[in-house]
Amino acid sequence: MNGISGPVIEARGLVRRYPGEPAPVRAVDGVDLVVEPGEAVSVMGPSGCGKSTLLHLLGGLDRPDEGEIFLGGQQVDGLSETEWAVLRRRMVGFVFQAFHLVDELTALENVELPALLAGTGRRTARRQAMELLDRLGVGARAGHLPDRLSGGERQRVAVARAVINEPLVVLADEPTGNLDSHATGEILGLFSDLGSAGQTLLIVTHDARVAATADRLLTMRDGAIVAQTRLGAGVPANALADLLDLGGA
Amino acid sequence: MKDAILALLAKEPAHGYELRARLAAALGPAGGALNPGQVYVTLSRLERSGLVRSETVGQASQPDKKVYELTPDGRDQVETWLSDVSWSKVAPVEFHLKLVAAALTRLADPVALVDGQRLELLRQLHELQELAQDEPAGSEGGLLIEGAALRLQADIRWLEACEQLWLEKGPG
Repeated sequence: MNGISGPVIEARGLVRRYPGEPAPVRAVDGVDLVVEPGEAVSVMGPSGCGKSTLLHLLGGLDRPDEGEIFLGGQQVDGLSETEWAVLRRRMVGFVFQAFHLVDELTALENVELPALLAGTGRRTARRQAMELLDRLGVGARAGHLPDRLSGGERQRVAVARAVINEPLVVLADEPTGNLDSHATGEILGLFSDLGSAGQTLLIVTHDARVAATADRLLTMRDGAIVAQTRLGAGVPANALADLLDLGGA
Repeated sequence: MKDAILALLAKEPAHGYELRARLAAALGPAGGALNPGQVYVTLSRLERSGLVRSETVGQASQPDKKVYELTPDGRDQVETWLSDVSWSKVAPVEFHLKLVAAALTRLADPVALVDGQRLELLRQLHELQELAQDEPAGSEGGLLIEGAALRLQADIRWLEACEQLWLEKGPG
C-alpha cells in the first residue's frame, strides 16, 4: 500500500457550502481530520450532518470551498478533475450504499476494470480479481451480472473492486444502507477483516454495528466533528463480566 | 445464578466443580470471569435455605468432596423459575432523568451527554463484536453475546432519539 510514512489522510479547516435560503448551508463546517496508516475510522451522525459530504471531499468527488486535503502526503484540494481521476485509481477505493456496479459487466469484469484502467495487464488483472472474489466469498458468482446477485453479494463485489488496486484508503459511504440484517453482518465482518489486514478505512455509517468495527469513532453534527473516541482491542475478564451483567449474579 | 445452579441439579446430583464448569461453558467468553468461590458460596446458601442437601464423599488421594442434590423444595423452586416471565427493567430511566436534570439545572448540555454516552455504548459494542469473532458459530456463549449486542444497538438508537429531542429543545 504505497509504503508511506506520514498520515494517509490529513484535512485542515475543511468547509463546504451549498446554496440555501436564507443563508448558504455549511454542509462541512471547519473539519480537521488525520487518519494514520492502517487505521479504521467510522463517522456517525444524523442525516444531513455532513458526513457523506466529508467523505466526498476526501475522495475528490466534491471540492472544498476552504481548507486543505493531503492524501499520502500529497496536497490534492487544488487538483483538476483529470488529475483527481488518475490519482483516485491508485489511492482511493470507494464503496457506496447503492453498490454502483456496471450492470452490463459480470462480477469479475466489474472487479478487474479498475486494475485495467490503472494499466495492469489483462491476465494479471483477471487473476487478481478472481483471487479477491474468492477471498470475499463470491468466487462462485464471478460470471454473473449484478442483477443476478443478492445485495450482500453485490456489496462484496464492490468491496473487491474497491481494493483491487491496493488503494491507500478505502472510503465507504453507508456500505450497508441497502442491506438486510444478515447481509450487514457479512459486510461488517469483511470490513473487520480489511481493518485487521492493515487496510486504512474511512466508513460513514449510521449503523452502530458497522461503526463499532472501527479503531476510532467520530460523531458529526451540523458539519462539525463534535465527539470522538478510540475503540480498544481486547477486554479484561472483569470488564467482560460487567458487560454481560454477571456482576451480582 | 442461584436458580441456574438449582436447575442444573434437577438433572442429576453434582459437585461444585462440575456445576461451575457447566455454567462457564454456557456463558462462553464471559465464563472465565465467573468467580470460582461464587458457586460454592451460592451452594452453601441454598443448603441453608433447604433447597439443596449435600453428602460428603471421601476420595482416596484428594480431599473429600461434597455432592449436592435438590430437595423437594428445591425442585418446586426450579419449576417456579422456569415458568416465571419477569424480565430485567427495560426503561433507561436513570439516563433519561440525567438529561432532564442536566437541562433543568444547566449543569451540563444534554446533547453533549448523549454524545458521550453513545460513544461509550459503541465502545462496548466494539468489544462484544471482538468477542463474538472468537466464538464458534452456533455456540451458547455466542448467543449470549448476540443478546447483549442487540440491546446495545437498541439503546444506541434510542440515544439518537434523545439527541433529536434535546437538539430541538435547545440548551436549557
